[in-house]
Amino acid sequence: MAEYQNIFTRVQIRAPIYPGVALPRGAWVRQGGGGFIHLLGRFGDAQIGPIYLGTTGLLSLLFGFIAFEIIGLNMAASVHWNPVQFVRQLPWLALEPPSPANGLHFPRLQDGGWWLMAGFFLTASVLLWWLRMYRRARALNMGTHVAWAFLAAIWLYLVLGIIRPVLMGSFGEAVPFGIFPHLDWVAAFSIRYGNLFYNPFHCLSIAFLYGSTLLFAMHGGTILAVSRLGGDRELEQIVDRGTAAERAALFWRWTMGFNATFESIHRWAWWFAVLCPLTGGIGILLTGTVVDNWYLWAVKHHVAPMYPHVYAPVIDPATLPGAPK
Amino acid sequence: MNRLKGSMLCVAGASLLWLAGCQRPSTDLVQDGYRGTGMQQVINKPSDAEKMLLNQVPASLPAAPADGPLASSIYQNIQVLKDLNVGQFTRVMLAMTQWVAPPDQSCNYCHGANMASDDRYTKVVARRMLQMVRHINSDWKDHVAGTGVTCYTCHRGNAVPKYVWFISPNESSASGLTAGNAGKNRPSLGLSALPYDPFTPYLLGSKNIRVISTTALPDDDHSTIQHTDATYALMIHMSESLGVNCTYCHNSRSFAVWDNSTPKRTTAWYGIRMVRDVNDHYMVPLTKTFPEHRLGVLGDVAKVNCQTCHQGVFKPLYGVSMAKDYPELQGVMHSAAMPEAAPAEGATAPPTASLH
Repeated sequence: MAEYQNIFTRVQIRAPIYPGVALPRGAWVRQGGGGFIHLLGRFGDAQIGPIYLGTTGLLSLLFGFIAFEIIGLNMAASVHWNPVQFVRQLPWLALEPPSPANGLHFPRLQDGGWWLMAGFFLTASVLLWWLRMYRRARALNMGTHVAWAFLAAIWLYLVLGIIRPVLMGSFGEAVPFGIFPHLDWVAAFSIRYGNLFYNPFHCLSIAFLYGSTLLFAMHGGTILAVSRLGGDRELEQIVDRGTAAERAALFWRWTMGFNATFESIHRWAWWFAVLCPLTGGIGILLTGTVVDNWYLWAVKHHVAPMYPHVYAPVIDPATLPGAPK
Repeated sequence: MNRLKGSMLCVAGASLLWLAGCQRPSTDLVQDGYRGTGMQQVINKPSDAEKMLLNQVPASLPAAPADGPLASSIYQNIQVLKDLNVGQFTRVMLAMTQWVAPPDQSCNYCHGANMASDDRYTKVVARRMLQMVRHINSDWKDHVAGTGVTCYTCHRGNAVPKYVWFISPNESSASGLTAGNAGKNRPSLGLSALPYDPFTPYLLGSKNIRVISTTALPDDDHSTIQHTDATYALMIHMSESLGVNCTYCHNSRSFAVWDNSTPKRTTAWYGIRMVRDVNDHYMVPLTKTFPEHRLGVLGDVAKVNCQTCHQGVFKPLYGVSMAKDYPELQGVMHSAAMPEAAPAEGATAPPTASLH
């Protein structure tokens, strides 16, 4: 007999297919009757479908596909359509933004025009997906928390891809599309602007990022730990505290003197997650526009600590008389 | 239970695949700066042991007697080693045979029946290289210090040093309308996707390497991310060539600020200038001297970078000075001008048998 285990479990909840609440007038109908996939049930809900596509969903997928194709085909062209090289070099391949000399003009396709087009379609796709998310939540009479959290991530994406490059007057400041190339961009960005670790908004963003993982682990752990006492019925325990909520609360009061509630822990999690890209985006936006070297900025404002010298002072040889070029 | 074990094994196997790009275990961290600042060197013992074997110094030839007639009074067409006596001169020739010439060709690699003739391009190149070695040993002490260099520092028994570079042809994409790779985005330089040719701008040309703003707030530094990419690529080349991490020279809290750096950064700074000097004044002027098969696809001469001498080690040959055993290669006497090859017959140096 299947037995419920609270880390890995083989129990799958199966009920008759639930088609969802009635849709408001004017909406597309949901497609498909729905079915069960055992494997999905191991990770989440085994029921798949019915699916709601809608105008925004359809257009979002279409625009996303166009962006994906522009990026992928340009990458394939850069290895002369060689499928073996495409797979082998895929992590290194990229679609680069226009060169800095181009400024904010629309360049020729091969000189970054494709990058701008891919960026446009990807942005359109993401924004349409946001709209879809917002409207699906309204259609279900839900709050729109998820959509606003998604918008925080979109904010960071827009700052990196368009807002900051426009403020800097060059599309060349933006991020290339590519796996390693975008990582190299991150490193080069930090180097150019004097070490992003001294950017206080970067600090905040990291705090919220790590904080998110910490909260996630604490919350997930707590609920799993009290699931044997009915703690998995979190929402009911918000308004009608049972022994699970009491014990979970007591556990944290014992360990750290303070506890969130079954309700407020979700606000903690939501705000930490949302503030991570929100503050990060501010940090990126200020870089190069308002601050040009974060290390020197931190020295100026006595944020960066000074350490004793281990070596005799090193002098820039370029400043010595008669230095070679 | 068995299924669980099976899946655990699968996960372990898959994670090993992800580790394929990593160093072998058994690394050590050696602190070389103030505590808590991350100033430390990564030492990888297994790969160091391998490098040790590859960077052994050959035994020096017995010293030549200090007295004896000048070689130039006995041999003809001696232009550079005029200050050496016959014994010293012969010793240098023998050493070059060991260090550079292919064993099956020996003296014949540079000399024909008439030893004085300049009809082999290899001899003309070797003469210029001797000048270069003396120039480095006497004028670039800021980089090579007392250790100095010999032919072996780069050649290691090869006619052409193992690590040289040519200008990379600009790789175009399949069609004119599709985006190219912008000189980057290929597995190169420590497996990064950074520009694969930082040498042409920085080690052949003298493009400004510094891209980090020297003011806290925006002023007149408009260095771009693309420029930074190129500098970053050069730095990765140096790191790979010397087998060291960034903190060998820099304090990673500020790559730019000199008073946070280690003294090695100064040595490296002179090294970059030395390499430029070698490329611009010794290698490039020899372009026409070399036969076509020794040139790159764009017809450019083989050039040096940090790897040419260092070969993965922080000091070439682990800092063992071969030059101190070869006073003949110190800058006793040298002329800055490139000597002309004697206009003998066949001075255009017909390509010798290809060694490829």
